[in-house]
Amino acid sequence: MSEAVTPRRGPRGWVSRIDWRDRNTTTFAVLLGLAIVFPGLVQFATGGNGTYLVSTAADAGVYVLLALGLNVVVGFAGLLDLGYAAFFAIGAYTYAMLASNRLAVTPLHHAVHIPFWLLLLVAVFVAALFGALLGAPTLRLRGDYLAIVTLGFGEIVPRVFRNLATWTAGVNGISALDVPTLPAWITGPWAGTPLAIVRDFQFIDPTAFYVLMVALLVVIVVLINNLQRSRLGRAWMAIREDEVAAAAMGINTVTTKLLAFAIGASFSGFAGCFYGAKLSLVSPENFSFVVSVTILLMVVLGGMGNIPGVMVGALAIYVIDFYVLTNLPSWVSGAAGAVGLGFLNQPQGAWPGLGDETQRLIYLVFGLILVCTMLLRPQGLLPSRVRQQELARATTQESLADVESA
Amino acid sequence: MLHTLRRIRATLAGPLGTAVLAVLALLVIVFVIVPNVISQGLGLFVQILAYGVADGAIYALIALGYTLVYGIIELINFAHGDVFTLGAFVSLPLLSAFGLVEGKSGGAHLVLGLLAVFLITMLVIGLVNVAIERVAYRPLRNAPRLAPLITAVGMSFILEGIMYLWRGAFNVHYPDLLPGNRIPITSGASIGAKDVIVVVIAALLVGLFSLFLSRSRLGKAMRATAQDRDAALLMGIDINQTIALAFFLGAVLAAAGGIIFGLYFNSIRFDLGFESGLIAFTAAVFGGIGNVPGAALGGLVIGLVQAFSNAYVASQWSDVIIFAILILVLVFRPTGLLGMRVPEK
Amino acid sequence: MGEEQDGAILRCEHVSKRFGGLLAVDDVSFTVERGQVFALIGPNGAGKTTLFNCITGLFPPTTGSIWFEGLDVAGARPHQVARLGIARTFQNIRLFEYMTALDNVRVGQHARMHAKLWDSLFKLPRERREEREVTERAMELLRFVGLERYAHDYARNLAYGQQRRLEIARALATQPHLLLLDEPAAGFTPQEKVELMELVGSILDQGITVFLIEHDMRLVMGISHRIAVLDHGEKIAEGPPEEVRRNERVIEAYLGRTA
Repeated sequence: MSEAVTPRRGPRGWVSRIDWRDRNTTTFAVLLGLAIVFPGLVQFATGGNGTYLVSTAADAGVYVLLALGLNVVVGFAGLLDLGYAAFFAIGAYTYAMLASNRLAVTPLHHAVHIPFWLLLLVAVFVAALFGALLGAPTLRLRGDYLAIVTLGFGEIVPRVFRNLATWTAGVNGISALDVPTLPAWITGPWAGTPLAIVRDFQFIDPTAFYVLMVALLVVIVVLINNLQRSRLGRAWMAIREDEVAAAAMGINTVTTKLLAFAIGASFSGFAGCFYGAKLSLVSPENFSFVVSVTILLMVVLGGMGNIPGVMVGALAIYVIDFYVLTNLPSWVSGAAGAVGLGFLNQPQGAWPGLGDETQRLIYLVFGLILVCTMLLRPQGLLPSRVRQQELARATTQESLADVESA
Repeated sequence: MLHTLRRIRATLAGPLGTAVLAVLALLVIVFVIVPNVISQGLGLFVQILAYGVADGAIYALIALGYTLVYGIIELINFAHGDVFTLGAFVSLPLLSAFGLVEGKSGGAHLVLGLLAVFLITMLVIGLVNVAIERVAYRPLRNAPRLAPLITAVGMSFILEGIMYLWRGAFNVHYPDLLPGNRIPITSGASIGAKDVIVVVIAALLVGLFSLFLSRSRLGKAMRATAQDRDAALLMGIDINQTIALAFFLGAVLAAAGGIIFGLYFNSIRFDLGFESGLIAFTAAVFGGIGNVPGAALGGLVIGLVQAFSNAYVASQWSDVIIFAILILVLVFRPTGLLGMRVPEK
Repeated sequence: MGEEQDGAILRCEHVSKRFGGLLAVDDVSFTVERGQVFALIGPNGAGKTTLFNCITGLFPPTTGSIWFEGLDVAGARPHQVARLGIARTFQNIRLFEYMTALDNVRVGQHARMHAKLWDSLFKLPRERREEREVTERAMELLRFVGLERYAHDYARNLAYGQQRRLEIARALATQPHLLLLDEPAAGFTPQEKVELMELVGSILDQGITVFLIEHDMRLVMGISHRIAVLDHGEKIAEGPPEEVRRNERVIEAYLGRTA
């Protein structure tokens, strides 16, 4: 059997079942390793001023989570969802309304402060519920129409949050959200204190959020992996491959698609809750269509359907979006000045100066990445082996040779 | 629950559904429109009506492009709304080139100049759209369905990105060239010359387009390809050319819509196409994807909905209402008012 | 629950299917006895696959009823039909191309599995046990059709004949009482056709009724107990092979009218 192309089946015992030659497994291992050493490394490299970077990494983790969730919908089940940010918003606002003083100034006149850990679960179920509500009547639509419907939903949700100002504070957003607390936790040399148990540990230091995010991601990746290799995961793949044949095999395509949709939505809600807690602010402007497309871009670029690919794609896009594109204007202006083209930095008429003009590149860059990926490398950076064959039409290692000699 | 939904949809698909829609429309008129007319006056009502029709005419032009392309290759061209905006953007320098300046141009100079601007812009944008199809959609014609959809989204971003780079993030002023006269209807109620002009131009374009579709050889080829691609192929119809033509014509109409939008609203922005496109798509679906009168009717209705919602409800809810209509139509009556094509698998 | 009458497993009564102006199936009635091989033959375009599609729920018949083990299944959805015990293969082979042969057959067992979302998500022991059983059963089925060495190959990499057999294995995975085969021998070499006949025999031995559409007359005559003939949507003959092969209308339909 040609090893490189065929999947692995191993004996009992999960350690022996791990195939270290499998590219996916190594990617997971690398990602986990990097995640563990990252904070220490950063603090060392910046001489103790790396907290901002750790915080950014935690934010990136939110997007990785979102990409993983959208991957279930788009990558596993093959449904295009263009309004994924709506569930993100729902999760965030769930936290904002139920873990702050917000409800005190609404007609309810009574603030609610539900603990963060409980709200994570609540957000999961609320988002899943909305996913099911949206999906139930619309999932039988053709792909194009489903995409538009999800887009419409993605436009409606933030607008509703913005318009219902008495409840949601409208454009200003809800701020001063509760800080997540643990009844007991440990602190040690990494925080500059001796090893000890701390009571009422508050999540103020971004590093705490970072550790939490890594832990959550590990758990979630394991869960999604389980799903992929289960009855449900196979049903999703079958639907994506050939819906008619899938139905003929007894798969209820509607409920199976609905599950993908609801589960995808629940991840988004989960991420939204975390996001709200960390940022301590939610406002309707953070959940626009651009956010939905950003996440889609992460899934597409990373390799639809492939979990580690999607994670890498998410990190890549995050870095491009929040680091490269943010700093590009100053880099470019600086470079122009250095080579004697400094006059380009000055605004003239409709020309806003090289720095500002560079900043305007974001839409174009996004669009180009999407189009070029679909045209040139539709299987993404780290495709699942399935996708690789499906889209790239690469020659496969044949087992026909076996047939010939039969 | 899903079973009852299917049954509801089946009943609504027929004449009963049309009756339900008519009843809903009547309810809206009685409970929303009439009280407001009484409280805010007939003059305002007529103005809103005129505005709604003009607005709707623009949406109809965009909607036609969606329906045309969808009819032929069953792809919702996500970038279509941005093609519309591009038309407006491209026409701006052309207006100056032809010496059409706000407040200073009139008469024959205005009419001929505008005609030239229209024709050139329409041609250019038409060709741009053909190029887009050739480069971004044609290679993916046999790929899994997700691929061209995603590419279309990317294309939309590219177009918006170009306009963003060109003119920045904020509103760009578009010259106010149309006469601002008001035409009195009854005492206290008048409509603008602009409203009339916009509707006349749109109606002309739609009419010409309809004629082309039904009478010309190419038009017939397009309709044949839309109905049955394989049969059309067997008849010797050049599918690639037909598809290119569909993209060309759709863009031509959208570009005209863009210019009209600029002339009417006097302000354009790089991301105008996203929302307008989505609203125009709602119009296409509402009227019935796949036919010209459907797109026109849908545009009209959605334009009126937007106008009355802005005036009598609150402008921040207009989009929500329209997008809700989109979802509801697709859920309960996917064929729309006049359509035949069902958006189900 | 209805009752079966005299060993019939499938009974079509006055089934018609109209597509707009085209009457694809015109008032067709017949009975398939349990444990038999029943064949549906006829010239191309006679409406055979359309009838299959009606039976398996792809679309409902315009008129008529379809009784399966005493239940009227006309208008049922495909997955419901599959769960009731009717499985099928497709004329144009509809495998899950980018899944392995093993996975294809495991998908076939979907309706007979019990793993819920919770079980799959947390890989509970119950789910793990079921996965093992499902995998074993899938391997058995692959052995049954002679494909077990290709278990881990992607379906699209298999040879044509192997793909047809895989489709049968996948259909068998649904544990059907009635197996519908749509042109299972299309494109087969004579050797493969012989093997197919043996396979059908083995399937019968398992107690599964076989209902097939086929064009190869020798194959059909060789394995069928009973044959129905469709022409232009109408049933023009029904009976044991010897009768049907001598039926004048049948010969006419295939060879065309003599001048």
